Amino acid sequence: MSHFRLTAAIAAAITAGVFLQGCSRSGSSVDAASAKAERERHQAPDFALKDADGRWVRLSDYRGKVVLLDFWATWCPPCKIEIPWFIDLERKDKDRGLAVLGVSMDDEGWDVVRPFLSQVGVNYPVVIGDDRTAESYGGIDALPTTFLIDRTGRIAAVHVGLASRKDFEDGVERLLQAPAPGSGDRASVPATTASTN
Amino acid sequence: MAGRRNAAVESRIPLSVQPGFHVNSNKPAEDYLIPLSLTWTKTGALDPGPVIYPKPSMEKYEFSAKPLSVFTGNFAVIANFKIAPDAPAGPGAAVGRLHYQACNDRACFPPKTIEITVPYQVR
Repeated sequence: MSHFRLTAAIAAAITAGVFLQGCSRSGSSVDAASAKAERERHQAPDFALKDADGRWVRLSDYRGKVVLLDFWATWCPPCKIEIPWFIDLERKDKDRGLAVLGVSMDDEGWDVVRPFLSQVGVNYPVVIGDDRTAESYGGIDALPTTFLIDRTGRIAAVHVGLASRKDFEDGVERLLQAPAPGSGDRASVPATTASTN
Repeated sequence: MAGRRNAAVESRIPLSVQPGFHVNSNKPAEDYLIPLSLTWTKTGALDPGPVIYPKPSMEKYEFSAKPLSVFTGNFAVIANFKIAPDAPAGPGAAVGRLHYQACNDRACFPPKTIEITVPYQVR
């Protein structure tokens, strides 16, 4: 039985277009952005996606809260570094007005996401993302990509790629301490005082 | 790639990963990672044999507690075939799908599938 080797010339032809690319935006996409000034913030696109129980989750449901919106996937190791930080933030700051929301970009959906959430003990809502939602947030080329959204629903910071725990803690704290929408400079006045008059 | 009927033939498929990026090897270190794989969707007059992947490198990244089994830079996958005994003389092409998932040292990118075409000639 004869055994032929492919010639180098033919190999070059086959490899045309076979250049494994990670991301069209390359390494420049993985800078952790600092918080934007209020006037530079844009409204976070609303979406409606289903959670593990089939309930619709809308970003607009969280208006009035600071939202940490995390696009991730089970096949993404750096995503798995950050998720325990988000679990801690949700536990620590939920009562102060923080809402963590995860958007899984796993093509296999709940079959792979549900066991992971259970294994890690995720304590915040997670939905399965779709192309339309990803496109509305600029394409989400890289994971993790995490948006910090202020209480008025505007994007205050974007972290593309693995960021530091401190970046998230500082960013969330800054947004939690910002005046509540419509309160002007009276951020320290509890909302309940309005009903005492 | 060319050969006579019943001949064993192989195709060396060169691949290149952009500097700063890596793809998981065909046997990643963790079950949840997506392996690089080449599967054939159309082989024409060829009977597909084993696909031989290169030896991966074990690389440690900031996001991994232990080294990961990856391919970086330039490497090649070897596809083996046997030309069918009743193959008609002349040209043909085998078509396959290369599935992979890439990361750099801080972020990962959605899995991709690209088409691989291997032209052949039955003598």
